[in-house]
Amino acid sequence: MEQELTKKTNILEGSSPVSLDQLPQQDYNILNLGPTHPATHGIFQNVLKMDGEKIIDAEPTIGYIHRAFEKIAENRPFYQVTTLTDRLNYCSSPINNMGWHMTVEKLLGVKTTKKVDYMRVIIMELARISDHLICNSVLGVDTGALTGFTYVFQLREKIYDIYEEVCGARLTTNIGRIGGMERDFTPKFWQKLKEFLDEFPKIFNEFDSLLTRNRIFFDRTKNVGGISAERALNYGFTGPNLRATGVDYDVRAMNPYSSYQDFEFEVPVGETGDCYDRFLVRNEEIRQSIKIIEQAMKNMPEGRHFVDVPEFYLPPKQDVYTKMEALIWHFKIVMGEVDVPVGEVYHSVEGGNGELGYYLVSDGGRQAYRLHFRRPCFIFYQAYPELIKGSMLSDAILTMSSLNVIAGELDA
Amino acid sequence: MLSTYFIVKIILVLVLFLVTLTMAAYSTYAERKVAAFLQDRLGPNRAGPFGLLQPVADGVKMFMKEEIIPNTSDKAIFILGPSIFMITALLTGVVIPWGPDINVNGTNYPLQIADINIGLLYLFGVVSLGVYGIMLGGWASNNKYSLLGSVRASSQMISYELAMGLSVIGILLYTGSLSIKDIVIQQQGMHWNVFYQPLGFIIFLVCAFAECNRAPFDLAECETELVGGFHTEYSSMKLGLFLFAEYIHMFISSAVIACVFFGGYDFPFIGKLGLSPNIFALVGVVVLFAKIIFFIFFFMWVRWTIPRFRYDQLMKLGWQILIPLGLFNIFVTGGWLTLKNYLNW
Repeated sequence: MEQELTKKTNILEGSSPVSLDQLPQQDYNILNLGPTHPATHGIFQNVLKMDGEKIIDAEPTIGYIHRAFEKIAENRPFYQVTTLTDRLNYCSSPINNMGWHMTVEKLLGVKTTKKVDYMRVIIMELARISDHLICNSVLGVDTGALTGFTYVFQLREKIYDIYEEVCGARLTTNIGRIGGMERDFTPKFWQKLKEFLDEFPKIFNEFDSLLTRNRIFFDRTKNVGGISAERALNYGFTGPNLRATGVDYDVRAMNPYSSYQDFEFEVPVGETGDCYDRFLVRNEEIRQSIKIIEQAMKNMPEGRHFVDVPEFYLPPKQDVYTKMEALIWHFKIVMGEVDVPVGEVYHSVEGGNGELGYYLVSDGGRQAYRLHFRRPCFIFYQAYPELIKGSMLSDAILTMSSLNVIAGELDA
Repeated sequence: MLSTYFIVKIILVLVLFLVTLTMAAYSTYAERKVAAFLQDRLGPNRAGPFGLLQPVADGVKMFMKEEIIPNTSDKAIFILGPSIFMITALLTGVVIPWGPDINVNGTNYPLQIADINIGLLYLFGVVSLGVYGIMLGGWASNNKYSLLGSVRASSQMISYELAMGLSVIGILLYTGSLSIKDIVIQQQGMHWNVFYQPLGFIIFLVCAFAECNRAPFDLAECETELVGGFHTEYSSMKLGLFLFAEYIHMFISSAVIACVFFGGYDFPFIGKLGLSPNIFALVGVVVLFAKIIFFIFFFMWVRWTIPRFRYDQLMKLGWQILIPLGLFNIFVTGGWLTLKNYLNW
């Protein structure tokens, strides 16, 4: 009887989400890192088994802000899914928006014009810059240097001002439409973009010089949270975190979408895949993004800012009020009562964190039959326990922020 | 005569108390303003002109906050922690000579509360007592983050006190006195110790950062790792005492650096101006405070510029770099003095 009881308790312990193992643990300290901890940028829990300051084992728990986006998206007309993608990686929501638009366009078989592509490239590269800026400056904050963060935050503000000029929103942008952009870039947009590009190098170099060659920062991040290229590929890493290990995989270069083949840019790679390499790779990518934006500005083609997708692209307001067909289409689009072809598409874009993929199965009708977001953060976070085992508590914090795990994208 | 002596001392104690607290309070204001200046922000500017009443507002806020003592804590020690930290911080100011003597009716009144012949030793002793406040506070909170913070703080303080002690031995070797007043007087006329003991100064400065728990050595309370470090569980004025005592530490550290390495109230050519003794004393006080404020600014400047160390790197810096350097400094100074003695220079 007694034996049975102990057995039962053991099973109970085994099923609890935070138990680590059945060994006696008197020698170790269990530390709850999260769900609400200043260093976890977002909400996720890590139960660390610690020997003093050293991490012996870690058990991550996710799902604190799981909002079932994939399921919600399956019950919504396509154009309403854009707002859900905003809330995945909210540091670079335009990339998510564009990725979704392109997925639907792929399903519909719509070919966008160069003008639309270039406009999208500008917005997406701005989003990438803001994402990388936040990640790198927060890495600085986690090492204790707040000042660099405030410098680049001004830059991010400028980027958000530019978004605002395009779509009226700042963080969750819902930018662009299926079939193009909602309106052409205004002269004020170009002016703001020019101002941003003009002042960018000065501020960014200041930030760069504050951290990159700083001895303490170097010591803190070098050989911390490193991962080999092989392990990274096995986990399915993409984006800057994979490139930091030395693999030059970039969706923009490998599988160009939105006319990325027209642009000259380099894909920076690191060597060891540690925090410092990730930092450097992101910094260099920011510079490359600036280069891409400059090229797009220079070569911006003339033409319309949208292509003809009557199923999804709203007719002009003027026509809606005066023409019956336009009014009907407007009504159909807004109510989401448009049909799409039966099919199965996968489209991926190079998001702020890596390959952001949309797998869409359509059985015709107004909404997706099955929809899956390939969220890079979800994949990085699986590797997190392995990355921090055997390191110090401080390293664990840095590893988390340099992986740029964003709770919204992790939990979807 | 005895009563005058006591009255003067009591006045000095009260003035010092007030000045220390005011300096600490306005250091918090200065910290925000300096941080804002370095970070392209505005800083506090709502309370009073230029936000000058911000420290008052902060103090009121601290008092009005709810006092939370965790059920699982050791209550007596929980309260004792911040008290010890604050008391030891306030005790340190007594041995610092704040200026030259003031002469009233033919009697000299020193602007120093206690010119004890072991002034520097007293300072080290009291400062190292302060770590008990952090240790007890962190331990009594019964919180893992607090415990980690206080363990970090205590090991950091102990290792850096060693290096700090070693760094001033060079000075003691040729001043031959532990009294801070003697050390200051010997530096009059631009014979500042920093010119003779640059290595000692650098070691002392680094250790002062560590002793004050300031960045890059603020591991005990680094908010990104340990939430609030040793004061995670504290609220209301007990938290205020911890934070406040830290600024007092910074003020006193700056004063000690100014006195021991930068000639205290000495200033180039101040002796040649032909000032009357009392004016001279007042100018001396102003000069000392200018130096102190400069060092407080320096503390802040560093804090808002560089990242913090990791725990093992901190220990490595302390034990493998600063302590050997300190020993080397003693060796060189001692060798030089012996040679000087031998050759009768």
